[in-house]
Amino acid sequence: MRAWHFSENAYPYLPPADEYESIRVSLPNRVYDPVKGADLYDRFLVEWLIAEDEGMDIMLNEHHQTATCVDPAAPLVLAALARLSKKARLLILGNPIANRRQPVRVAEEMAMVDVLSRGRLEAGFVRGVPYEVLPANSNPVRMNEREWEALDLIVKAWTTHDGPFSHEGRFFHYRAVNIWPRCYQQPHPPIWISTTSPPGAERVGARGFVQATFLTGFDGTRAIFDAYRRGWREAGRGSDVPAHRLAYAAMVYTAPNAADARAGAEKLLWYITSNKVPPHFANPPGYVPVAANVAMLRGAEHPLSAFRKAATVEGAIEAGIMFAGTPDQVHRQMKKLYDHVGGFGHLLIMGQAGFLEHDETVLGIRTFARELYPRLREEFSDMAVTGVG
Amino acid sequence: MHKLAGVELDVFEAGQGPPILFLHGANGFAPGHPYVAPLSAQHRLIAPSHPGFGRSSLPDWIDAVDDIAYVHLELLDRLGLARVDVIGCSLGGWIAAELATKSPGSVRRMVLVGPVGVKTGPVDRLDVPDIFARPQSELERLLFHDPERMRTDPATLTDEQLAIMVRNRETLALLTWEPYMHNPKLRHRLHRVTAPTLFLRGESDGLVSADYLAAYARLLPDAHTGTIAQAGHAPHVEQPDALVRLALAFLDAGDAP
Repeated sequence: MRAWHFSENAYPYLPPADEYESIRVSLPNRVYDPVKGADLYDRFLVEWLIAEDEGMDIMLNEHHQTATCVDPAAPLVLAALARLSKKARLLILGNPIANRRQPVRVAEEMAMVDVLSRGRLEAGFVRGVPYEVLPANSNPVRMNEREWEALDLIVKAWTTHDGPFSHEGRFFHYRAVNIWPRCYQQPHPPIWISTTSPPGAERVGARGFVQATFLTGFDGTRAIFDAYRRGWREAGRGSDVPAHRLAYAAMVYTAPNAADARAGAEKLLWYITSNKVPPHFANPPGYVPVAANVAMLRGAEHPLSAFRKAATVEGAIEAGIMFAGTPDQVHRQMKKLYDHVGGFGHLLIMGQAGFLEHDETVLGIRTFARELYPRLREEFSDMAVTGVG
Repeated sequence: MHKLAGVELDVFEAGQGPPILFLHGANGFAPGHPYVAPLSAQHRLIAPSHPGFGRSSLPDWIDAVDDIAYVHLELLDRLGLARVDVIGCSLGGWIAAELATKSPGSVRRMVLVGPVGVKTGPVDRLDVPDIFARPQSELERLLFHDPERMRTDPATLTDEQLAIMVRNRETLALLTWEPYMHNPKLRHRLHRVTAPTLFLRGESDGLVSADYLAAYARLLPDAHTGTIAQAGHAPHVEQPDALVRLALAFLDAGDAP
């Protein structure tokens, strides 16, 4: 089991939520004080480095036009971390390649970070959540097709070393691709994909990339991992899917005593409770399949919003999207999910959100890393064969 | 169903007489729409569902309004119609304008109702308010003169009708997302249109303004404008009688087809 400290670099100093329509897309940036923002960047970088000192790896992500994640150019922060950190693996999860117009530029950025970090990059790719299409002015229709064409082109750019090649595809057109530098790791950095739908996971499994899923809880995660294994097996990769191919992201807060753990967990919930987004941003046409939209018109919940019901510590733990408490409690909660979904090899720790202050964040990191992480590493092997029953 | 250009195109036909090609807007075509009977009373009404709308298929190669204009030109060839009158509403007006620039001789006279498709205003303001970035209630106020009367309750629709509604919106986004609601080339092609053209808009249309309509009309050699009272962006369903009366008066005023 590998554990990754993940911080969204949120900017929490906002007016009351009833004074704005949405925390994403349309919230005016006059609300953002760049001096406070600079302090926050300093702080979040320090927290990542503390996590590294404690033996954890580092994860970051990218969103746009939002106070929830002020990291609209994740490769920039990744480059800073490549120089500031010394040993941690650096996971970007991920590059929103359905929304990036220049996949070759993404290949260059990732290769450069891989060299800057002397081969510590884990290169993640995402389609991008629905609220990203307006900031990117990206067509919400045919995003999956764009994502996969971009990914294949990036891998080819990473692995072609004999001069320019051309790409005349459906969405992207290049006449002479020949990136410098090439990747430090050979043939290329490990590839991660995040997906919250089983059909997507099946495709990721067929390719053998690392599958990450965010806050999908007990049954959602199990369905995604099952689909991954189905894709893996049907592609002839063998019958056993090792744990190091599967990753689960949850809000995690560990503290030596229950009262401190509870207080930290309450603050982490900001991640859920702050996410005020109206339907016209959360569900652009074409983002989810027609049948899913018909179901929503009949009253079903948006697939991405189901987790918002879990806006209490108990509810979130119950739903399997938060592990919080003393080391023993966190261990118990995590093992329950681990067993239910058939195992996984990476725990992506949403370890900072909203008003969880620096000292509190560090307490969570250190308690986890010192009191629980050694047990997890020993108990849950990276090479364990995953699967239910 | 007509199979052409790799599209399974659902084409509704009714009536006899001079042919009218009716090009529907974003909400699609339905035989039960109130303008269908009066338009087909003394004309041959031909109403294709655009690729990706209604029951028409959407092949991978189609992603622009321009593509759809070519599909409908091929439909006219297939039907052996050398010259037709055209009515286009909203998105359908854009398709009609594209079609008339590509094959001016195919269009005898043309009525565009709340058409989109060109950029006429300043660079820092959308000509057409962003329909994908506002609440449904606000959108309804832009679309209709009387939103209360025009609102559709999903509970009254079948699953297939809902699926068509959702898919129509998805195809609309595919076609109009970027550049938003226009083809930058179109305004430089509209001088080719030979058909006398009537531009109409509902007086309460919150998407196509009077200024936009007038600027659009000025790009065509022989254009006229008119307004329909107590209608928004969809006069064909909100004030069908007035729309049909104005459209047929304009189309039938021309030389015999």
